[in-house]
Amino acid sequence: MAQATSPPDELVEGARPVTGASPAPDAAGLGRARATGFLVPAMVLILVFLVVPAVWTIWLGLTNYRLTGLAAASPEIVGLDNFTDALGDERFRTSLLLTLEFVLGSAVIGQAGLGFAIAFALRDRRGPLRRVVEGLVLLSWILPSSVVAFLWIALLDRDAGTLNALLGIPGMAWLLDYPMLSIIIFNTWRGTAFSMMLYAAALENVPRSHLETARLAGASTWQQLRDVVFPRIRGHVLTNLLLISLWTFNDFAPFLITAGGPEQRSEILPVYVYKVALSGGELGFGAAISFVMLLINLVIALVYLRLLGRRKESA
Amino acid sequence: MTVTTAERPTIAVRHLLARIGRYTFLCLVLAFFALPLLWLATAPFDDTPTVTASLPRFTLDNFRALLDNPYALRSLLNSVYLAAGTAALVVTFAALAAYALSRVRVPGRDALLYGLLLLSSIVTGTATMVPLFELAFRLNLIDSRLGVILILSGGLLPAAIFILKDFMDSTPASYEESARVFGASPLQIMRHIVVPLVRPGLATVGVWAVANVWGNFLVPFLLLRGPDKAPAAVIMYTLYTEGGQADLRLLSTFSLLYSLPVALMFVFVSSRYGFRFHGGIKR
Repeated sequence: MAQATSPPDELVEGARPVTGASPAPDAAGLGRARATGFLVPAMVLILVFLVVPAVWTIWLGLTNYRLTGLAAASPEIVGLDNFTDALGDERFRTSLLLTLEFVLGSAVIGQAGLGFAIAFALRDRRGPLRRVVEGLVLLSWILPSSVVAFLWIALLDRDAGTLNALLGIPGMAWLLDYPMLSIIIFNTWRGTAFSMMLYAAALENVPRSHLETARLAGASTWQQLRDVVFPRIRGHVLTNLLLISLWTFNDFAPFLITAGGPEQRSEILPVYVYKVALSGGELGFGAAISFVMLLINLVIALVYLRLLGRRKESA
Repeated sequence: MTVTTAERPTIAVRHLLARIGRYTFLCLVLAFFALPLLWLATAPFDDTPTVTASLPRFTLDNFRALLDNPYALRSLLNSVYLAAGTAALVVTFAALAAYALSRVRVPGRDALLYGLLLLSSIVTGTATMVPLFELAFRLNLIDSRLGVILILSGGLLPAAIFILKDFMDSTPASYEESARVFGASPLQIMRHIVVPLVRPGLATVGVWAVANVWGNFLVPFLLLRGPDKAPAAVIMYTLYTEGGQADLRLLSTFSLLYSLPVALMFVFVSSRYGFRFHGGIKR
């Protein structure tokens, strides 16, 4: 095989011709052909199950494809009809707004806010209290979503739920009367761990002496946060907000609790797509919505990568 | 310091208040995070479980419900199968790719890596459930566990390659060079030198893949028909949504058993390596 990438001084085995020098340290004598062979299995899987679906989303979104019926046999290109239909659809716009509410409420305010507050409250603590708090927060993050979904259904149960028993208000139907609030609080509970850990790591970058000086000078907690802590962790805050927004935007777990109901009042986009495309069979229309979701994901991810790149340059 | 004696008491009071505030807050946090989990800790051992969390009258009889249900234990096996299959595929393919990318100069390598990472973070199962379903249908992968494994692997591979390439980059190439001097073939070098050197990286990626697949609901829910092949995530959901009154004995014990592996894995990882972010994520 061609040994295109070996440096000339590695001609130990002699038999292999070296056809070109490259600065890469191909220490094991892999060679370009074998290296390509090493790459192929992973790339094929990624191509088939990531690239193709992305491209296909665009194609499906441009056709009137359906699971059954006439359009199932020979789908026609309907151009941007699906997108204009989606944007003109009351249910889609409502769903988009609910998703925005879900992301802002549970990720930006809930997870990031609570995660930072916990990390800040625990910043100079070691010992059992910190371990217990962190352990519980992490546990709610790692348990399987269909289990935690039922835990919340049980907690919020109208007649026998633990919450109503504690508050002494039996008969309060949280999931029916306040479905959005319920899934927002659920997702805050579910995902705070990531923000907490990220801010805990970030706060270790803030020199303790600076905080101490500010405290002795009589700065309030809020002033310390604004003037000492925040300027040093700005990058972490941005990273955190973008990542948890992306994850929350794509979160399917609320389906397990409210399934979008009652009366579509908690129907965020992932649930909406599932209902329209896979339960309802309107694949073309569902794909148009998926395409809008992909675009939103792309924008969030690009902003994130930009920020990463900028910080790498300045570092 | 600039503090005068007259100001000192007010500052002391303020610090005391801040302290009280901090502990109150931490207690509320504890309550908030513990409350939903209480039921999982009590109901499996209660001889008459309800949806309310309460001190159990201790019994282990509930676990018999697991044996009576035809799908409960089988679904856990299915989960093991999916998780092991995906982890094996992801670790093997990612290690090969990461090694090639780390040791051989491929034109546009960094752009490729970032491109893949970007792709895997925007092409999520939720955003592409329509084409994934379509694709599985065309490739005859509906109701196939292999299909679930392949789709999950495709999604996890970019990040796995990224993590492992970092590990490979930080191992010195000198071992490989000397092995080559003694006439070892690239595959032998890979197996006997590179793999042992990056074993912590491989373990990290393996654990991460297992944890991801173990909890994944959407992909098996979309692709697998019928309860025979369904993993625990899907069976758990059907246990409380289908068939009228839920059997709380079964539901509680099944929840516990299904949660246990990830909880144990978490305890193991955090006691061994410490479950927090170090330098890596900072920059």
